[in-house]
Amino acid sequence: MPKLLTTEQMAEFASSGCLFFDELIDEQTNKEFLDDIGHTDIDKADSVNDFYKNIKATSSIPRIPAGTPLKEAFPKNSPLDKIFKNEVVEGAITSLVGSNTIVDHQFLHITFPTKYFNQANQRQMSQANHQDSTIDPRSTFDVQLFYFPTEVTKEMGGTRYHPGTHLRIVNEMAIAKYQNILGQKSIVCKPGTIGIFHSGLWHGAGVNFSENIRYMFKVRLQPTEKQELLWDPEKKYQPLPNRALYWTDESKDQTINDILMKPYPWQEADTNRLDKINVVKFWRLLTGHKKMDVDYWLTRIENELY
Amino acid sequence: MAKRQKVLVLYLKFPSLEAEVISWATFDGTGKKLHMTGDSDTPPYPTGLDALLDGWRLFQASQAIPEQPGEEHRTSYLKHEFFFEKLEEGDF
Ligand SMILES: [Fe+2]
Repeated sequence: MPKLLTTEQMAEFASSGCLFFDELIDEQTNKEFLDDIGHTDIDKADSVNDFYKNIKATSSIPRIPAGTPLKEAFPKNSPLDKIFKNEVVEGAITSLVGSNTIVDHQFLHITFPTKYFNQANQRQMSQANHQDSTIDPRSTFDVQLFYFPTEVTKEMGGTRYHPGTHLRIVNEMAIAKYQNILGQKSIVCKPGTIGIFHSGLWHGAGVNFSENIRYMFKVRLQPTEKQELLWDPEKKYQPLPNRALYWTDESKDQTINDILMKPYPWQEADTNRLDKINVVKFWRLLTGHKKMDVDYWLTRIENELY
Repeated sequence: MAKRQKVLVLYLKFPSLEAEVISWATFDGTGKKLHMTGDSDTPPYPTGLDALLDGWRLFQASQAIPEQPGEEHRTSYLKHEFFFEKLEEGDF
């Protein structure tokens, strides 16, 4: 049975645009995946191109035509089939993009250590910040699932990402000039970790200063149905009543609304209010409560009497 | 002696040089240091004013552009952008 996300996890996703499941995939499956792609000692892999060519020639990772249902995408009992049948992975996917999700694309990202750049006489640079694909003004969203089959240490330059940026609509690499953004994070994880990003989350690959190859397998998934209460089929979620603003009551417990209203250090003094408004609008779509609000951000300006 | 340009781009919390730095980029035309995305987690200066105090010369700042009617809540790029330069003399 898929293990659906909790309302707290959904609120975390609505606010930050990402969720992580540390060491979720078991050691055996990680090993099968690495064996399948022909993971080898660094000394035995000569050039970047040959390395990719070998994986494409021998691994069980299929060529999946865009738009293929996820359920039909991977060969039965292959490592990726096992990963997508993990109850937590399946539950998170069902909660975010539904049980009839389709594959947009997949890719095995490989970040090579310094040695390869020295050999090829190339400058070893990190990947600039970007938003994947292209300008995406939809209310619908896709998710990108990341699987890390090996440990990722700090020096391996794991995926850099910027929590809370997913609802800012930009044009792909047009954010490349933001070299560093306050609050930026880089993935450091144990083998078998799964990350799920909202398709709008700003990100980029780091530089691998270690001695080892870094792998990240990515699949982009699209919903085929409205993403409303998919994690809560019994429709138990009810918005909270208004609370006091500014002159606040500190004795009250933290709630879902506190998760939704979480500030991020990179947000401007003016625009962070719009970021909050956009999280509330996103939460309205996710919950189907079209008039719900948090901290009066939308109610205040929807009180138009003329 | 040749001259080379170093460029510092700061994104601030609000459109005044007194505001805190929320994003930054450095491009070093002297070739002494190669900067790249994700290379530091701490801003080089706490505010834009601190960059001026350290000798950086402002040469461009973003304008205030009114939000498009009907799209007032749409969010996009970082808004308060300031470009600075320093010229360095040396044998490059
Ligand atoms: Fe990307």
